[in-house]
Amino acid sequence: MPVFAEEWLVFPERYAGHLTLSLGALALGILISAPLGVFAARSERLAGPALGAASVVQTIPGLALLALMVPLMGGRIGFWPAFAALTLYSILPILRNTIVGLRGVDADVREAALAVGMTARQRVRDVDLPLAAPVIVAGVRTAAVWVVGAATLSTPVGAQSLGNYIFQGLQTRNWGAVLFGCLISAALALALDQVIALFERAAKTRRRALLYGGLAGLALIIAPALTVLSGAQSAGARGVAVAPGAVTPLEGRTIVVGAKGFTEQYVLADLIRRVLEAEGARVELRDGLGSTVQFDAVASDEIHVSIDYSGTVWATVMKREEPAPRAVMFAEMSAWLLAEHDILAFARLGFENAYAFAVTQETAAERSLDEIGQLAGSGLSIASDPEFFGRPEWTRTRDAYGLQDLSTRGMDSAFMYDAVKNGEVDIITAYTTDGRIDAFDLALLDDPFAVLPPYDAFILLSPQASQDVALLNALEPLRGALTSEAMRRANAIVDLERRPVGEAGASLYELVNAR
Amino acid sequence: MLLAVETLTKRFDDVVAVDGVSFELDAGETLALIGASGCGKTTTLKMINRLIEPDQGAIRLGGEAAGDVAAHEWRRRIGYVIQSAGLFPHRTVAENIQTTPRLLNWDEDRIAAKTGALLDLVGLAPAEFADRAPDELSGGQRQRVGLARALAGEPDLLLMDEPFAALDPVTKDGLLEDIAALRAELGFAAVIVTHDFSEALRLADEIAVMDAGRIVQQGQAADLIAAPADDSVEAMLAAPRRTARAVSKAFAGALD
Repeated sequence: MPVFAEEWLVFPERYAGHLTLSLGALALGILISAPLGVFAARSERLAGPALGAASVVQTIPGLALLALMVPLMGGRIGFWPAFAALTLYSILPILRNTIVGLRGVDADVREAALAVGMTARQRVRDVDLPLAAPVIVAGVRTAAVWVVGAATLSTPVGAQSLGNYIFQGLQTRNWGAVLFGCLISAALALALDQVIALFERAAKTRRRALLYGGLAGLALIIAPALTVLSGAQSAGARGVAVAPGAVTPLEGRTIVVGAKGFTEQYVLADLIRRVLEAEGARVELRDGLGSTVQFDAVASDEIHVSIDYSGTVWATVMKREEPAPRAVMFAEMSAWLLAEHDILAFARLGFENAYAFAVTQETAAERSLDEIGQLAGSGLSIASDPEFFGRPEWTRTRDAYGLQDLSTRGMDSAFMYDAVKNGEVDIITAYTTDGRIDAFDLALLDDPFAVLPPYDAFILLSPQASQDVALLNALEPLRGALTSEAMRRANAIVDLERRPVGEAGASLYELVNAR
Repeated sequence: MLLAVETLTKRFDDVVAVDGVSFELDAGETLALIGASGCGKTTTLKMINRLIEPDQGAIRLGGEAAGDVAAHEWRRRIGYVIQSAGLFPHRTVAENIQTTPRLLNWDEDRIAAKTGALLDLVGLAPAEFADRAPDELSGGQRQRVGLARALAGEPDLLLMDEPFAALDPVTKDGLLEDIAALRAELGFAAVIVTHDFSEALRLADEIAVMDAGRIVQQGQAADLIAAPADDSVEAMLAAPRRTARAVSKAFAGALD
């Protein structure tokens, strides 16, 4: 099998997405920053606040800035929030260098420009900007490298980019994919930087050869993306907007399926893709999404189908703090989703992916642990995904069992199983469907007070999608189709056996069909 | 009368930089504004081409008042030469010279002819210098290009602000000669700001001595020397007088 064969399959689409985002954001960044810089260079009252605002934007971590754009743009996901965030990100280096460059233009030369009869505008165009150009272009090059790099972070807001390789690779421990995404993104950043440098030298030396060299370089950068642009246009029939109750076959229609950024979600999205494609639908995947980003996108019909968990919606969307039994929680949640968001909690898949306190068999034996309460006063360390420690269920569990003296460590879920196995932490909040519980022979501690909420996996349908009878029919076979055991095995295919997500999805698809 | 300056006044914050300066200049005439640093001579010069707008006073050039035309159009009629030359570093010598003619929308033939003629006049062979960048020139050559650029729009009036201050004595002497020759050839009027009495002597028809923002005495060099109006004029003449004494002693009987 050739190197990166799987990665190349989806390459054009991701590369095109990455390039469109980066070049678009850079272009708009220049259009905003250059004029602003021209005014700010001559006005201290404008320069201070403009640079201040741009610096503040820069201090926001890229991932957070991208995620913030989703609620700011009314729940819209995909290209536009990523584009907006990256544009903001590109402003500082261009703005700062424009101001510095213009302020560095010799005062006598500027005075001479007026003295020979230039208007203020002619002086900006013919003297200030050409003389400040090297510094401004240096800023554009910095921005280009930043934007190409930061564009890899647009995966969680649902924009296709090279970041999809990185996010999925990190979660499914496919280091080849991570490397692939990083290499291509770095190569793109360097190439763009060099092309801009060529254009600058062409302008400065007025040598046509350099200009053609720059154009050729730009063409080489854009060429790999063009293969997908022609294909994307033919798939224009997006969305599931159909008259309520009308039964239109899924044939030829495009359904957008969302997935959060962890293995199980990638696998389930692949399963749903197979189910829908079998009905003739064209499926667009938006994977690696942040949890709330995904929910907002479903609410705004940007995503039609996704999988969520009752406990997650209960705590993070409904902001409910008190626990509830499994069936009650699902019923209340379903009613709430429909009433508040027109979202349909369509069908439970049958398994639960809850948090469970897990320790190694050795730790369990040493301290004779079999339930959470026995951890009180132990002073052990506990790792979980950063989300968990921010949720009320942690506070509740801690208070119910007296776990105040445990030291907590936020950790990416992909790494915590190895961490507990290797003794770096004593306890993790394992996901009950993770294949590594069995493989690493972890002991799950009982929760006698039932403080940890249930996490029923279920299909979430957007307001439009829930009116679509053909879609509901197509998804119906998934109802109750997956046991925790089955899900755990599918996850293990990816997480332990290091085989592609598609294989895990196919195994579940066979299971569903066999029923 | 070509240029009339009436009671020009300029304050910077609480400091009165120029205080009611008036003078007149006929076509082809040269006036030197001379005085110590901070006497207001440069500010006065910059008010004439409106790089600084006066608080009070009026300027008329060729019968037209400064306020009646846009500042950039006003400046296209006035050449301006400064100590550092202020050449556009991203443009060649020829392009620098052509700036004002292009702003005036001259046709290309006229621009090309003018460029060649001016380079010849300032002693820079067009074939050798037209396509050079300013940073490939010596200080004296830069100043000559600056002069050519200032004269390219065929101005009636040339303003010069310490044009020789950064030059060595030999280069300065050559440029002084050239400017005198250019005046004879092209017939422009000029106002030159300097603190050097000998420059004023060689270029100016009249000398105006400035002190604390005012013109304290204006006249021909001989009038100033014969009857200095006050201590500032006397002080200004002290150094040249000593130099003249030494020079005439050294050259006694051997001049020319």
